Amino acid sequence: MSYPEFLAEYGGRYIDGALITAAQFILAAALAIVMALIMGLLKLSSNPIAKGVAVVYIEFFRGTSLLVQLFWLFYVLPLFGLTFDKFTTGFVAVGLNLGAYGAELVRGAIQSVPKGQWEASYALSMSPAAQMRRIILPQAFVAMLPPWGNLIIELLKGTALVALIAVSDLMFEARQINGSTYLSAQAFGTALIIYYIFARFLITPFMRWLERVMARRLGRG
Amino acid sequence: MEDMSQYPLELTGADVPMVRFMNVTKRYGALTVLDDLSLDVAEGEMVTIIGPSGSGKTTVLRMLMTLETINGGVIYVDGKPLTHMPKNGVLVPADAKYLRRARSSIGMCFQHFNLFPHMTALQNCMEGPVQVLGLSKREARERSEELLEMVGMIDKKDQHPSRLSGGQQQRVAIARALAMRPKVMLFDEVTSALDPEVIGEVTNVIRRLVSEHNLTMLMVTHQMGFARDISDRICFFYGGKIEEQGPPDDLFGNPRRDRTKQFLSAVKEAD
Repeated sequence: MSYPEFLAEYGGRYIDGALITAAQFILAAALAIVMALIMGLLKLSSNPIAKGVAVVYIEFFRGTSLLVQLFWLFYVLPLFGLTFDKFTTGFVAVGLNLGAYGAELVRGAIQSVPKGQWEASYALSMSPAAQMRRIILPQAFVAMLPPWGNLIIELLKGTALVALIAVSDLMFEARQINGSTYLSAQAFGTALIIYYIFARFLITPFMRWLERVMARRLGRG
Repeated sequence: MEDMSQYPLELTGADVPMVRFMNVTKRYGALTVLDDLSLDVAEGEMVTIIGPSGSGKTTVLRMLMTLETINGGVIYVDGKPLTHMPKNGVLVPADAKYLRRARSSIGMCFQHFNLFPHMTALQNCMEGPVQVLGLSKREARERSEELLEMVGMIDKKDQHPSRLSGGQQQRVAIARALAMRPKVMLFDEVTSALDPEVIGEVTNVIRRLVSEHNLTMLMVTHQMGFARDISDRICFFYGGKIEEQGPPDDLFGNPRRDRTKQFLSAVKEAD
């Protein structure tokens, strides 16, 4: 079977898989960003309980394997009466895992905002919440964009693991096609190319664009 | 524990000062930066603090902005305690909410300007009035444009700080602080980070403030000529205490204390 024939035969399934991967990616990224923001802020809190929650979250999800976390959510939580469908389990596991890395980026970026910015907004009598929302976070956001670009690509690649709990994503389809055709080079090669296109031609340009927009907002454009 | 009953809940009488430091002590660990400082500043008075580095002069301004906590004594602004609040008839250290309200009568300009880089000059000035004072955008814009006009920055109002020179940034920072309508303005070495050729544009703005407004001002500076020109009083700090104070012509022209003489002659040589 030539490669064009292979694509004609199985292209539709790759597209289906790629759409599931895209959906997993978007949902996991959204969850990771929300978790990163909440946990990053909690980690900077002076309240020991709030800080403790963030430390436990970050240590657990950074300190153990994403694959084990995925299996744990899928096979162990039901034993405690918590059952999620596999699609939800997939993006939740990836999102929680990468959110833990993101939380450290958020914390680091907030701490990188010069002390003078806190003092100047304090001198204007701004409340701590207003200082964070209006002055500190917008600047921290700019500082953390480049490392977030890396993290988001890691997250895309992490979504390939959800195939192991039978979410019919791109990797799942590639394995199925390989299993029935034994055309490993074509089956997995096509998946590699699609992952690369996602990372290189969709995510990277988007992050670059976002960095440019944010730089312009600082008047540096 | 300090006996707080010696401090009145508020200052009353005919001539309540705008600012009163009463027995204020500031320590960093074992190091005493300010030792039992008592200092009054009258309404509309311009007081300049000079002294060698490490003498505690910047700390005085930072304590008044409540950027530093104090270890002893009480600071009053406009007759009311700033660092403390009344509770059951005695003063106790102020909580965050009280401090937020109390410090709103004080404005401060910093050595490194600290403008918000993600906002234009105009947005920098409008931020406090809108977010803190609850002014409408229109009111805040009018007030800010008037102040930017006064500091000569109206034609740059839509520029971000990164596009402005140091002198221009500092003038915007002055407008930003004034937009809160403070009763007391603090200038902490506002010309120290500037290139020599732009110092004048900032000192001219402060000169205008002194001559045209009845603001109470405290300034820390190394510009001795400027301080002599515009101040009502000079305080020379040494080792966390006021070594000598008086009208500028007396202190610069006829210093009485040895340490003042040494400091002034050292500064003169460096000039």
